[in-house]
Amino acid sequence: MSNTDFVLAVEDLTVSFDGFKAVDKLNMYIDKNELRVVIGPNGAGKTTVLDLICGKTKSSSGSIKFKNRELTKLSEHEIVRAGVGRKFQTPSIYENLSVYQNLEVSYPKGRGVFGSLFFKRNEAVVAQVHKIAREIMMEDILNTEAALLSHGQKQWLEIGMLLMQEPELLMLDEPVAGMSAKERDQTAELLNRICQNRSVIVIEHDMEFVKKIAHKVTVLHQGKILAEGAMDKVQANEKVIEVYLGH
Amino acid sequence: MSDTLNKMLGGRQGAIGLAILAVFIMIVLPLGLDPFRIGLIGKYLTYAFVAVSLVLLWGNGGILSLGQGIFFGLGGYGMAMFLKLEASDPVSTAIQSTPGIPDFMDWNQLTSLPWFWEPFKSLPLTILAILVIPAFFAYLIGFAMFKRRVGGVYFAIITQAIALILSILIVGQQGYTGGVNGITDLKTMLGWDIRTDSAKYVLYYVNAGLLIACILLSRYVLSSKFGMLLLAMRDKEERVRFSGYDVSNFKIFIFCLAAMISAIGGAMFTLQVGFMSPTFIGIVPSIEMVIFAAVGGRMSLIGAVYGTLLVNFGKTMFSETYPELWLFLMGGLFIAVVMFFPNGIAGVYEKYAKKVPFLRKLSEESPTPKTAQVAAVTAVEIKEAGVKA
Repeated sequence: MSNTDFVLAVEDLTVSFDGFKAVDKLNMYIDKNELRVVIGPNGAGKTTVLDLICGKTKSSSGSIKFKNRELTKLSEHEIVRAGVGRKFQTPSIYENLSVYQNLEVSYPKGRGVFGSLFFKRNEAVVAQVHKIAREIMMEDILNTEAALLSHGQKQWLEIGMLLMQEPELLMLDEPVAGMSAKERDQTAELLNRICQNRSVIVIEHDMEFVKKIAHKVTVLHQGKILAEGAMDKVQANEKVIEVYLGH
Repeated sequence: MSDTLNKMLGGRQGAIGLAILAVFIMIVLPLGLDPFRIGLIGKYLTYAFVAVSLVLLWGNGGILSLGQGIFFGLGGYGMAMFLKLEASDPVSTAIQSTPGIPDFMDWNQLTSLPWFWEPFKSLPLTILAILVIPAFFAYLIGFAMFKRRVGGVYFAIITQAIALILSILIVGQQGYTGGVNGITDLKTMLGWDIRTDSAKYVLYYVNAGLLIACILLSRYVLSSKFGMLLLAMRDKEERVRFSGYDVSNFKIFIFCLAAMISAIGGAMFTLQVGFMSPTFIGIVPSIEMVIFAAVGGRMSLIGAVYGTLLVNFGKTMFSETYPELWLFLMGGLFIAVVMFFPNGIAGVYEKYAKKVPFLRKLSEESPTPKTAQVAAVTAVEIKEAGVKA
């Protein structure tokens, strides 16, 4: 496969679980600074695609190139270090640590065993924690234990933990699930802010929310792309209405 | 106070707790007890090394090893091999058919010293072996398990099986290891008689000093970013992995460190008790040590020491009167701790300390030690950063 200008180029990606092809010859290209939303009915393979990109699931065939670097052969932590961050569907934060510690632990220095033993909390770390905390609207609750946060705050905290690493590609799996209307609006604003200098892939079901954030929408169905393009075009697509939006 | 020192002491409250422990084991106990009892406590304190290692590994790392006896035993055997060779000089073993080798080898028709005993003729090499061999063994086990992402119950069972295998191996290879009797009749270390009362006191203090040193080292590890990552891994391993960390390396390291600390305890056990045998390696001692840590509080390094002392006092008292009931009582104790006091003595102390005026005063500056302390440190640093900016 030739090199491209895309941040992420997924080509002919296939994964099969005992013969069932969860993702089937998928092609997808993400531009710099693009915010792409992936929608589709349950079982369409949306989460599996993210799993494949971040290395949680190994592909059966095909290629995933991030800035022209093949990811399918790398291990999970190497993919993260290359600049790909991934948020899980259920908020995945360290409940026993404070908000501050959650962010600090995610700071991309001192990632080796000995690096972490001699890691020093310098001004750059403190400044970065505060910058991100401000971004996710949690600067005034830095010392709160993460277990005590509301569901929405936990989602934001996990996004913040990813932002600490300054990833060039951010993948979010249903970031507004379980959020109130107000929190959804705030999250939409947050996502619009953070995609200024990075590419973002979001999986989402809430169409109102998708309208607010999407640059481009990809509709997955049975592991294949059903439609791709601007939100209004996709919404008008008959196939999409039939399998997903219609009911 | 320098950053490193502060991390070791664990702030004001940590320093007070450690000072109380040091005074208790180094002044109060030696003053109040006769040499025989001091010998007993010295023995218990060698188990405390293992309990401390389990606080690192299990309490903070969430990795339950039911085979810490392996490392305690390896350390103990290392020291015993050195002492045995010193006790087996050609003059004192002149009546053997091969003088100059340990007596049990002679009984088993060995005519020369096995190659792996050779390094234990030298004390520096022995000390090196006590620290390195258990850590290396832990590295092998850890590498094989953690790289394959074996964890939880499976890891516990496998470590338990290894403990059993090792004790069976030692019992079976009588000519090389002293078999079921272990290595006995240890007399001197570099000519210094370890059996006298004065030697017992010296060894007791060396042991107590090493234990405090191990606690300080552990404190440092736990208060570094490594320690935070341990807690994070225990909570959400996947999140740590997808934050760019190679989780297995962190687990391997903490397992090796825990092995090394346990081995120091084992070596001190041999010196103070005067023998080493496979009964300190197998399943039962390994599980007992988990109970010591659980009773003391699996999150508290200092609590682990008190837990070890308390359970062993109980064991000595009860097993003198009702030997057959002790194991049931111990099992019951473990269940009770897990069900009602998941944080052990340390947890109970933290809960009720605030109600006692004197203790409350001591800990007033940081009401709930761990989190509040970090928060306090953070707050100060934030302020400083703000001023600078």
